[in-house]
Amino acid sequence: MIIKKGVGVNIGIVIGNAYVLSDEEIVVEKRKISREQIKNEVVRYKNALSKTKEELDLLKEQILTALGKQHAKLIDAHTMILKDPLISKDVINLIISEQINAEYALSIKVEEILKKFDQINDLFFIERKNEIIDVSRRIIFNLTNLKPLKIKELKDVKEKVILVANNIYPSDLISIRKIPNIIGFCTNMGTRTSHTAIFAQNTGMPAVVGLGDITKVVKTGERIIVNGEDGTVIISPTDEMVEIYSKKKEQLHKNEQYLLKLKKLSTVTRDNKRITLMINLDHQDSLEEYKTMNSDGIGLFRTEFLYLNRDCLPSEEEQFLIYRKILQSTPNLNITIRTADIGADKISNIGFKDIIAEKNPFMGFRGIRLFLKYPELLKTQIKSIYRASAQTTPSILIPMVSGVDEIIRVRNLINEVKKELSLNNIPFKDDIPFGVMIEVPSAALVIDHILDWVDFVSVGTNDLIQYLLAVDRVNQYVSHMYNPFHPAVIRVLNLIIQTTHKKGKRVSVCGEMASDLLALKLLLALGVDSLSVPMKMYLKVKQEIRNLNYEYLISMSTKILNASSSDEVIEILGKE
Amino acid sequence: MIVREVVVKNDKGLHLRPCDMISRVAMRFSSEITITSGGKKVDAKSIMSLLTLAVHKGSIIKIEANGKDEKEAIEELVKLFETGFDEE
Repeated sequence: MIIKKGVGVNIGIVIGNAYVLSDEEIVVEKRKISREQIKNEVVRYKNALSKTKEELDLLKEQILTALGKQHAKLIDAHTMILKDPLISKDVINLIISEQINAEYALSIKVEEILKKFDQINDLFFIERKNEIIDVSRRIIFNLTNLKPLKIKELKDVKEKVILVANNIYPSDLISIRKIPNIIGFCTNMGTRTSHTAIFAQNTGMPAVVGLGDITKVVKTGERIIVNGEDGTVIISPTDEMVEIYSKKKEQLHKNEQYLLKLKKLSTVTRDNKRITLMINLDHQDSLEEYKTMNSDGIGLFRTEFLYLNRDCLPSEEEQFLIYRKILQSTPNLNITIRTADIGADKISNIGFKDIIAEKNPFMGFRGIRLFLKYPELLKTQIKSIYRASAQTTPSILIPMVSGVDEIIRVRNLINEVKKELSLNNIPFKDDIPFGVMIEVPSAALVIDHILDWVDFVSVGTNDLIQYLLAVDRVNQYVSHMYNPFHPAVIRVLNLIIQTTHKKGKRVSVCGEMASDLLALKLLLALGVDSLSVPMKMYLKVKQEIRNLNYEYLISMSTKILNASSSDEVIEILGKE
Repeated sequence: MIVREVVVKNDKGLHLRPCDMISRVAMRFSSEITITSGGKKVDAKSIMSLLTLAVHKGSIIKIEANGKDEKEAIEELVKLFETGFDEE
């Protein structure tokens, strides 16, 4: 038994016999041609290019129907590689000037280009050389009238096999998909960001790439286990190992079925109380996954990512496009966009050079404090959110507010933005719900005044708890004192919730407390209206809510509020 | 000759798709068009050369066009960068 580790690109386990593809080394011979042959050689090359173009067009059609428009764009890029002057002109010049055969001229040119890729030190870009290899292989096959060996071989496979190859190019993957006897694959080459990996995810086949020398270690007919989840490949596993993995596979299948089922079920407690459960998003990249979750909306769209890893500020247009895309994703659901809660360290990279490093940034220059000092940052963000609101209404949320003064300043700025937009005839919604984060204890204590200025509040429990208990969560000596069940935390939460409800407004919680299974019970007992949790916690929290008895939790609230220690609170909550 | 500088706004920088779009647009013009980044200057009509620049988000790149339709070429290319290559 040999165990190898690569990059798992698709969840799932497959056990079966290996089918090793003979490594196709394309040997290109150098051939001198005579002056009279030049013309014919150029024609031969041009014919191969147009034949390749036809193949790519056909492939694009196939990908369009099999995988969709997004993936078909890859083939557009392959077509552009084919039309690249280095391929379409320089190779011909080389055939003429050197009097060499087309295959050889092409391989010289391609080698030259690939060498340039080796000088890049970013894996994401280096990987793109596979696209060039893929296209040049096609041209060579058309020049030599050979069929790619792989595909020919694969059609003869009679039993279910796991494919083992040096590299599988995106265009091969389409053919592989059509062969039902292939149930998984693993390769020597490839990374998580390679197109092969991305395509593999869409085939639903368990696959592991980047194994280095798997084609040398395993022989056709040998039994292997491919675990696409953690990237493990086991060659000639012991019977015991096969049994372990068969069980794992079964469990995985069950979990998957269960989670899929859970996505379709609504978020109600055992006694039929409907709970609003939303998702926190940190980036637009997770939008597709979010849409599959069937949640009640985006309770918190963080915009900090806009300011990270760059050397210029995000423009109004850039932000507008992102917000519009976010709002269009689930136009009928509540989507709350929070203005950026960035610290001074984030903007010192992008042009605000005069800021000095802070000793205690948690209590420092961040969130709305920073944005009111540089109102142009806030204005750009507010304006782009308002512009994006024309079709679908978002809610706006302001972080790190400590009292009414700041809120009034933000509201004035919003009015200014609205006036400007009206003057320029730019459409927007006039009634965008406006809310603030309650995370600074002073804001919690003046919540009654704050409610005169806002439509809703959202409790940021992480910061609220650490400020209230004076516990720095990253300080190893005191971090254990961070405690969501401290009676002081419960009193403050109760104050926020009761006061807000009295004014007929809603409280949501978007901190970690909402996804801590015990703290979740506490929040519901205190009467929180909606919860927003990280996507990876969403289904778990939903499952937990479906097991709760809401009436019982509410009946416990007096007891919880009277508890004198967190141990007592935990004991009460543990009983449900 | 016209020279313009633009900021690369889209998340993954000038990856395959943006390079595809740049070379596609550049090919529509007869002018000679180049893109310079990190001290390297390449032919904007060559998708492969554009990829070798490995341009990241936030970088400033220089577009130069020289020829009969240089004005239109620059306009079209700058538009691509400004709309973030329509990355939805």
